[in-house]
Order: sequence, then C-alpha cells, then structure tokens
Amino acid sequence: MLVQFLFYAFSAVLIASALGVITLRNPVHSALCLVVSFFTSAALWLLIEAEFLAIVLVLVYVGAVMVLFLFVVMMLDINVEEVRKGFTRHAWLGWLTVCAIVFEIMGVVFARGLGIDATQAAKPLPADYSNTGAIGQVMYTQYVYPFELAAVLLLVAIVAAITLTMRKRKGLKVQDIGAQVATRAEDRLRVLKMKAEDRK
Amino acid sequence: MNLTTLLAIPLLPLAAAIIAGLFGKVVGRSGAAAVTILGVLAALVLSLGVFNDVVFKHAPVFNETVYTWLVSDGIRMQVGFLVDTLTVMMMVVVTFVSLCVHVYTIGYMQEDPGYQRFFSYISLFTFAMLMLVMSNNFMQLFFGWEAVGVVSYLLIGFWYTRPTAIFANMKAFLVNRVGDFGFVLGIAGVVYFTGSLDYKDAFAAVPSIAQLSFEILPGHAWSAITVICICLFIGAMGKSAQMPLHVWLPDSMEGPTPISALIHAATMVTAGIFMVARMSPLFEASETALNFVLVIGATTALFMGFLGIIANDIKRVVAYSTLSQLGYMTVALGVSAYSAAVFHLMTHAFFKALLFLGAGSVIIGMHHDQDIRNMGGLRKYMPITWITSLIGSLALIGTPFFSGFFSKDSIILAAGASELPGAGYAHFAVLAGVFVTAFYSFRMYFLVFHGEERFRNKPFPGEHDAHAADDHGHGKAAGHDDHGHHGHHGHHGVHVPHESPFVVWAPLVALAIPSLVIGYLTVAPMLAGEYFHGAIFIDEARHHAMHHIAEHAGHPLEMALHAFGTLPFWLALAGVASAWLLYLKQPALADRLAAVFAPVRKILENKYYFDWFNENVLAAGARGLGQLFWRAGDQAVIDGTLVNGSAATVGWFSGVARRVQTGFLYTYAFWMVIGLAALLGWFLLRAH
Amino acid sequence: MITLQHMMVLSGLLFALSVAGIFINRKNVILLLMCIELLLLSANFNFVAFSRFLGNLEGQVFVFFILTVAAAESAIGLAILVVLFRERRTIAVEDLNSLKG
Repeated sequence: MLVQFLFYAFSAVLIASALGVITLRNPVHSALCLVVSFFTSAALWLLIEAEFLAIVLVLVYVGAVMVLFLFVVMMLDINVEEVRKGFTRHAWLGWLTVCAIVFEIMGVVFARGLGIDATQAAKPLPADYSNTGAIGQVMYTQYVYPFELAAVLLLVAIVAAITLTMRKRKGLKVQDIGAQVATRAEDRLRVLKMKAEDRK
Repeated sequence: MNLTTLLAIPLLPLAAAIIAGLFGKVVGRSGAAAVTILGVLAALVLSLGVFNDVVFKHAPVFNETVYTWLVSDGIRMQVGFLVDTLTVMMMVVVTFVSLCVHVYTIGYMQEDPGYQRFFSYISLFTFAMLMLVMSNNFMQLFFGWEAVGVVSYLLIGFWYTRPTAIFANMKAFLVNRVGDFGFVLGIAGVVYFTGSLDYKDAFAAVPSIAQLSFEILPGHAWSAITVICICLFIGAMGKSAQMPLHVWLPDSMEGPTPISALIHAATMVTAGIFMVARMSPLFEASETALNFVLVIGATTALFMGFLGIIANDIKRVVAYSTLSQLGYMTVALGVSAYSAAVFHLMTHAFFKALLFLGAGSVIIGMHHDQDIRNMGGLRKYMPITWITSLIGSLALIGTPFFSGFFSKDSIILAAGASELPGAGYAHFAVLAGVFVTAFYSFRMYFLVFHGEERFRNKPFPGEHDAHAADDHGHGKAAGHDDHGHHGHHGHHGVHVPHESPFVVWAPLVALAIPSLVIGYLTVAPMLAGEYFHGAIFIDEARHHAMHHIAEHAGHPLEMALHAFGTLPFWLALAGVASAWLLYLKQPALADRLAAVFAPVRKILENKYYFDWFNENVLAAGARGLGQLFWRAGDQAVIDGTLVNGSAATVGWFSGVARRVQTGFLYTYAFWMVIGLAALLGWFLLRAH
Repeated sequence: MITLQHMMVLSGLLFALSVAGIFINRKNVILLLMCIELLLLSANFNFVAFSRFLGNLEGQVFVFFILTVAAAESAIGLAILVVLFRERRTIAVEDLNSLKG
C-alpha cells in the first residue's frame, strides 16, 4: 500500500516536473525541473527494485549531464524574456500528434495482449538478491564487448566535445616549447667585430 | 538495254542539274547551258536507244529493282525500273520536249540573272519526270510525283520578286497538296490491301481485292478497289489539273514560258494521265471509279474550253486549252481507252509545247506584252512563229492528218462507244469541246497573227505582265522576263515585232514536225496494234471502246478521209469560221455578242467562281476553323489548361511542398514524430 | 502493488509530454535537447519495467548503454550548441534554417 502510494506520488511529481520542463519560460527552471524528473524517476526505479540504474541515473544524469546543461544554459547569455513567447502556430498539430501517440500507447497497453499478464505485480526477489551484482555479472561477461565499446564511445564524445568547443584566441601568449628547445647559440648571440674606439 | 543505260538516263540530267545549280558560278552561263543540254541530249539519245530495243527489237520488259532503300514490316521500299512500251514512249517524249525547251531557253532567258538556276531546275525536272515514268513501284512513283511538283513550284515562282508569282506558286503548291493527299491515301490503300508497293505484286493482287469492301463510316460498305482508284485519281486530278483542282494551272503561267511549255503543258501535267494508264489493271476493276474519272474529265474538257474563249492573256489561252485537252485525256481514261489517252498525251505534248513556245516567241516579239488584244498582223513580222503556231493550232483542233486529229478523234469515238452511265454526257462534252477548242484556238490565232496591227497603239495595257513591259524603258530590274533585244530598250516608241533568234525558232520547227506527222505514223500501232500490249490492261469483256477505236485506227489514211464527213470535223470548221467571223471579219459583232451574253461572260471571267469559292469558303473556312482551334483548342485547352495549367498546378503544388522544407530542424523533427505516430497507428490497425 | 501497466502508462505519458515539448518549443535548442533526454527517460522506463517484470536483466543492461549514449549525445549536442552560439549569437530554433535549399 505504501509502495502504491509512493508510486502515485512520485508519478505525479514526475508528470508535473515534465510539464514544467516543456512549459516553463526560463530554461534554467526547465533544467531544474528536468533534474526533479530524473530524481523522481530514480525513485520510481527504486520502487521496482532496479537500484543500480536508479543510482546511475542520479549520478550520471543529475550529477553530470544536468550540471552540464545548467552550465551551458547559464554560460550562454540568453535573453530569457525572448526565449519563449508562448506556444507557436503549429502547437495544435503538436497536441494532436501527442493525443494520437497517447491514444496509441494506451491502445498497446490496454487493448493488446502483450503475451504477458501486465496486471500482476512482479515476482518478488530473494532477500539476498543484489541488483548491482547481477548486472555486474552480466555486464562483465556477456556484454563486456559492448561495454568496452561504450567506453570508447564516451572517449570519442569527450574528444569531440573538446574539439568542437576549443578555439584559438588571437593575441594569446603561449610558450612554443619545440622552438625553445631547438634554439642554437647563434640565434641568440651575435658577435660583432669592430675597431676599438680611440680614447680621447 | 541494260541497267547502266537505264540508270544513266535519269542520272545524267540530275548530274547536269547539280553542276548547273551548285556550280553555276564556276561553269558560267554558257557552261550551265551546255552541260544541261548535253545531259538531256544524252538522255534523249539513250532513250531512243531503249525505245529502239523495246519497240523494234522486242526486248523483254525490263522490271528490276536497282536499290532497296528499306524494308519495313515486309514492305519493301525500293528504287526500280519498269521499262515497257508505255515507259519508253514517255521517256522519249519527255526527253525530246525537254531538249527543245532547253535549247529554246538559251534565247528566251538570255538576259535573266537566274540563267544557271533556270537550267538547273529544268534539268532537275527532267530527272524527276524520268524517275516518275520509269518507276516500277509506288514509292518511286510518289518520289517522282513530288519531285516534279517541287520543281514546278520552284519554276512558277522563278521570278521570286514578283508577288503574283509567289502567290501562284503557293497556290499550285497548296492545290497539289490536296491532290497528293488523295494520292498518298490511294498508295496507302494499295499497301494495305496488297501488302506491296510493287506494281507487279499490286496488279497481281487485283482479282483478290476486287470483291473486298470495308467500312470507313460504319454501315456503309465501300468497295476497296473503288476507294483506292478514286484516291489515286484525286492525285491525278491535282497533278493533271482536273476540275475542281485545276485552279493552279492558269496561274502557273506566272512562270517563264519555257517551263509553261515543258511542265505545265507537255509533261508534268500529263503525269496524272500516265499514272492512271499505268494503273489500268486497278482502274479496270472498278466501274465506279471509271465513271468518276469520265465525268470529271468531260466536265473539265468542256468547261475549261469555255474559259479559253474569254481569256486575253496569250499564255492563259493556251493554258485553258491545256486544261481542256487534259480533260479529253481523262475522258479517254474513263472509257478505258487508256491507249488513246496516252496517245493523245504524246501528240498533245508536241503540239502544246509548240503552241507554248510559239506563244513565248510572240511574247518576245511583243516585248513582254501578253495581251492578245494588243497584237495582230504578226504574220508578216514573225513568219516562222506564224507557220509553226498555225500548225500547232490545226493540230490542236483536230484537223485531219495532223497529229491531234488521230488522238482526239479516237477519244471522241471511244466516248461515243462506251457504255458507262456517264458516257453520254462525256460524248456530248467532247463533241461540244471540239467546237470550243476550234473557236478559242483560232480566236487567238486570228487576233495574234492576222487583222490590223494593234500593237501600234496598244488599246489595252498589258494584262498581267504590265509592269514588266513598262519597265523596259527604265533599265532592267532583276527578275523580269528579259531577253536579248538591246536595240529596243530605252525608247518608248512603237515596238515593231520581229522574228525571234535561231535558238528560239529552231525548237518550234523541231516540234512542228512531230505535230504534223507523229499521229499519222503512230496511230496504227498504238491504237490498233499491239504496241501497248502488256503495258496497259483492258477488261475487253466489259469495256470495248478501245476495240471500237481499233477498227478505225488500223487505217490512218481512211480514218482521216472518213473524218471529213463526220460531225467533229464540221464542228471544228464551224468553230474556226465563227472565230474568223467574229474576230477578223466583224469585230463589232463580237462586242455585241459579248454584251448580249454579259451574265455568262461574267461567270466565265470569274472562272466559274472557283477561285472565289476557294478563297472565301475553303480558305476562309479553314482560317476560321484554325482560329477557332487556335483560340479554343490551342490557347484555352492546350496552352491554358494542359501546358500552363499543369505548370501552374506543379508550381502551386511545389509552392505548398516547398513549405515542408523549411530548413528548420524542428520541422524535420515534427515530421519524424508524425511519421512515428502514423507508423504506430498503422501497425496497430494492421495487426488486428 | 505496482504493475507493468502502471509503468507503461507512466512512460507513455512521459513520452507524450516530451514529444509535445519538441513540438511547442521553438525558441531554444537547449529545451529540445532536454525534451530528448525526457524522451529517452520514458523509453528507459519501459526497458526497466519490462526487465523487472519479465525477470530478465538484459533490459537493464540495455538501459545502461542508453544512458551512456545519451550522455555522449548531450555532451556533443551541448558542444555544438556552444559553437553555434558563438557563430550566430543565438540558439533560437527559428533562426537556424540554413538547411533550406
């Protein structure tokens, strides 16, 4: 009963914050709403005993991605008033499509047999079951290769993001180490031969 | 006779035409004349050789393919020669008259700037006409047919700076298109029903298609052979100027006189007659078509003769006479007396060319005044022209022993003997035509060569060549019918006519001789003998007009003597006598008669309103229809709706579709999501 | 008692909301990116739910990978955004139509 109550409560918060994401005028507020959504999602995932992913969601998304979002939002000097001037002309089309999608998903959920009984609760897990351990078992054995690929993907993303945003500013004073090392004495010192001046 | 000879006959004039036409500047005036005359002379000599082989040595009929142009769906389009007695006769006539005209041209066109061009054209014409008569298939016949038409067009408009000449050649071109349309349909019919363009195959198939009929309009079965024959004959009507497609021929007199003689009297216009004679196996199978031919021919023979009576332009008189004589030939074709038609074609070629060249000589003598009312008494000044023209006129009206007599009398006999439904009318028409012919021929003859010398005070301005005549005092402009008489240029006094130079009168003499004797010499073998046996087919069981002629024609002397007691002779005599009375003895009577018959005269002067009808009904109707189609069909439907409409639709559609490609990222995201929704919906609906 | 149906309805609503966000946001590319994150979250919801209710861990492993990819995607997306802003001084979607032919 408590679980059900928590589910509904978190769901309500999730839906409300999602609405906030898409409707709030200020992108900082939207981003904060998104953070709330992720938190509640993590909570919901905890409720269905997917602890590892819930923690990952909080760590990765809230801790990294959303911070990145907020950072970018704040870094870019966006005129908040200009950003949202109400919904646009084609909003009706958007809502229509959304309604269609909702209708369709509900159709899938309620009307179609999925081959399983969707109205039952999940089978309870043994008391000593470790979700994280089980995922680790699978990930480092069966899915080790995709796991490595994902790591490479992240590396590529880091390189790409840095390459994209890096810029060379003019007038910046930096050392050219190679040039410094390759310097010879002749380049620095000039020996002149000249007559000594007469002493008066 | 071998293939090389036969190939050389048409190709030599062609080569000469190319040399004179394309390299006229290089070879010069005399060079062009020499090369074309040599070409035609060689063709004449070779033709005579072939004539000798075929007629006297009885060489077998030559019927071979020279070159296969293309084969399409089993239909072979070829160049081939069929040389039989009919062909060789035509070859000799064509090359002979052509040679005379070439020689005559030296004098007639002496000072024309288009000298080489003219020689090139007439040599090209000779080539085309030879290809036409020597053909052994419909394809080549059509080629020759169109090629002579082209040259005729070029020559009528030879003086291309004259608006009248341009008008006349356009008219000839258009009217001939009407005929050629029928001709093409006829050829198409032949191919459709017999599957071959070859004469031999087509004629062999006649018995099998004679009973065929087909429906052009549903519910009306038409005999195939009749349709084919009438279509072919419509072609002949265009080319041989039969009513109502005759209107171009009088106007074609805008061309220089030599080509009037060569093309529009002696040879090209007889191509239709030749073609029908060649197609005799087809025409024999269709009584209806023959009747059609007969009625058209008879009408042309009589009514075109009437027009000759009132014409005042010397060339037009001869032109109407040509129309009338072509009508006689067509009558002969209609009563299945093909041999008589071809025989008349031959004699007519000689005496009509003679008359035309004589008229040209008179025109030279009169300094390009063509109005016969301005002439008179020319016999003293132009004796050779006078004598030869008299011979030509006598031959034309059918005086016994002259060449025209034998052919024309045979036609009258044939028309009388025929049993076709239209034969009675035809017989009347050709008999009345004799009187008319005699009347207008001698009206012209008396007005030109006898009577008072009206050229001294010129009561009438030149009828259609007025500006050419007037220009003589003001120096020459290019394109005028000029000739070599320097002595008379530059003064406005009375032009006293004088005899033409040798090169002009020599052809007259050369043509006068056959006009006198050719009929007497050839009537027996041609009409009574076996001359055309194998070349012309007559269904003897049904049509015995030819048989009737043969009884008389076997003995030319008796035939001529017997003629003095027959109706045609007396009719001709009456015609001559009335012409003498009206135009020489009592000119005032002519005017009074003209006043009495003013309404008739008005009709005649308007040429039965054919031109008016063509101009105001056919041409105006066609223009109106064209306007209608242009505005309603072309501008509104095709341009407006189809072309611009589809363009506008595409433009509108792309205007809409363009907005899909906004360049905004979110639009593409929209469509992705909408597509996703649609796919999901489709998936759900389909799976149920 | 939480059933599979509950989770699916929730993820469906989340999905619809994020799609609507994509539709109605014109002015700001960052918001689009956020909506995409939300979209991925709703997909992850289903993965996790099915994984749990079918007793199959592979769904959760897949979510892990999705999170990886999404993190990489947002990093690169934000980098592009920064570059874009430097170039154009704007991140309004309506001004970015250079794809138009």
